[in-house]
Amino acid sequence: MEQISYILQQVVNGIQLGAVYALIALGYTMVYGVLRLINFAHGDVFMLGAFVAYFLISKFGLPVYLVFILTMVSCALVGYVIEKVAYKPLRDAPKISLLITAVGVSLFLEYFLSLKALFTPNYIPFPKPFEIETYDLSFFVITNVQLLIFIITFISLFILYLLIYKTRYGIAMRAVSYDKETASLMGVGIDGIISFTFIIGASLAGVGGILYGIAYPQINVFMGIMPGIKSFIAAVLGGIGIIHGAVVGGLIIGLCEVFVSAFLSSTFRDGVIFIILFAVLLFRPMGIFGKRIEKV
Amino acid sequence: MNKIKNNTFLLEIDNITVKYSSITALKDLSLYIKKGEMLSVIGANGAGKTTLLKTIAGALKPVKGDIRFEGFSIKQLRPDKIVKHGIVMVPEGRKIFPDLTVKENLELGGYTIKDRVLKKELFELVLKTFPRLKDRLKQHGGTLSGGEQQMLAMGRALMGNPRLLLLDEPSMGLSPIFTREIFSLIELIRKEKSISIIIVEQNAHMALEHSQRTYVLENGQITMEGLSSELKNNPKVIDAYLGV
Ligand SMILES: Nc1ncnc2c1ncn2[C@@H]1O[C@H](COP(=O)(O)OP(=O)(O)OP(=O)(O)O)[C@@H](O)[C@H]1O
Ligand SMILES: [Mg+2]
Repeated sequence: MEQISYILQQVVNGIQLGAVYALIALGYTMVYGVLRLINFAHGDVFMLGAFVAYFLISKFGLPVYLVFILTMVSCALVGYVIEKVAYKPLRDAPKISLLITAVGVSLFLEYFLSLKALFTPNYIPFPKPFEIETYDLSFFVITNVQLLIFIITFISLFILYLLIYKTRYGIAMRAVSYDKETASLMGVGIDGIISFTFIIGASLAGVGGILYGIAYPQINVFMGIMPGIKSFIAAVLGGIGIIHGAVVGGLIIGLCEVFVSAFLSSTFRDGVIFIILFAVLLFRPMGIFGKRIEKV
Repeated sequence: MNKIKNNTFLLEIDNITVKYSSITALKDLSLYIKKGEMLSVIGANGAGKTTLLKTIAGALKPVKGDIRFEGFSIKQLRPDKIVKHGIVMVPEGRKIFPDLTVKENLELGGYTIKDRVLKKELFELVLKTFPRLKDRLKQHGGTLSGGEQQMLAMGRALMGNPRLLLLDEPSMGLSPIFTREIFSLIELIRKEKSISIIIVEQNAHMALEHSQRTYVLENGQITMEGLSSELKNNPKVIDAYLGV
């Protein structure tokens, strides 16, 4: 009995972490869809989201819903600018140039923001936006933070679903992911759709950043690296370019990480995720939901 | 070519040269189409037919020459802007989006149409013209048969409310019966909606039969042009394109 409730508790904790990974993984997978680019700077947009939220809460004391809205808008803007400034000029360049630029943008964001005058490289405690409460559901306990993560993630995914499957931009985005030339022959402005994709991906990363900050209340400018890599692995696991794949991949990675910490040792936590990556690349490189393998 | 006043031409291509890096695919090519006309361009594999249509649609840029649509140069415009001007292409091999539903494929075709009433009218027109699509709206594009995909590709193009429709080998891979059906639908579209059409074909029989004028394209250059009814009986054309 106790064992079961312990497992259930880990499931809850795993979904909590996995939800954040899923939110980040979506940005990787959507950008990969339209540009065939692994946007290494995406984890740093997640980090920025946490920092923007930190300032909005601690310096301005804004209510939670405003924190979400303003953080998403800021991250969307950053994502938009990154694409326009760094990636767009390389539209016709070899893919490897694009990849190197993405690494450059990532390093720039991390080291520029870690300047003393800015955020510094130190850990900063993330302010509590509300008092944390714990509810005992007899089989396991759940906190209001976890509930917030589940609800916000669910709402985000629902809105994303509507955007992608019910609006003309979403249809265009899926068309551009499949075949840019034909999409443009149908009247779709490719640049607009690429911007749209970055805006959506960055907003979701921003949401992830806030939730991560609230759940694990220590932030620093390098905090985007590991969750970024793990979310990228989640996207690969689900099948890069496949939207629901990113969500499922994120949840699996989150659950694995928590279960390894709980039943093995937290020192293996990160290692196991990389073993998953190797296994996927070796045995199912197109990921869980992938059909065809495309050359990058 | 007799120089009629510019404004009687819907589209006028003036001495264009198009290259793929080192390969010259079209060389000093000129042609025109009048409003309401169905024009065909016939040529063998690799003659440059697809290149010609893609250049009109803006996906390829000529290194030389000009393209005017209703008197305005469209040479510099991006493909999506050209669609807004009223030129829509049905690409070779249909290029249906297999993971999008039939309805979504059609909606994508109407991407540039902001006017909801017009969009609805176009949608209904497409379903009326291609009733087979009606029962398959929720199906994924990739599950349609070749002929149905051709219909979807044409319906998708019609959703963009074109004044000039570019068709790249609509008969490719279709049975003779289906080819005939497609051609009679093309005829219907031209007459009922007064849409001008440039059709590019290896199937010279059908192209000559259904068009008013024809250009013969060989190695990126126009080698013959004239009324389709006359070219049909031209020994050279019979020899090269209509031979049994
Ligand atoms: N992307 C490309 N890069 C380089 N050369 C190309 C490219 N596309 C076409 N070509 C070349 O340009 C020439 C014309 O090709 P195009 O596709 O326009 O011919 P086509 O008349 O449409 O032939 P088909 O009947 O086989 O479709 C060919 O010699 C072809 O090899
Ligand atoms: Mg061709």
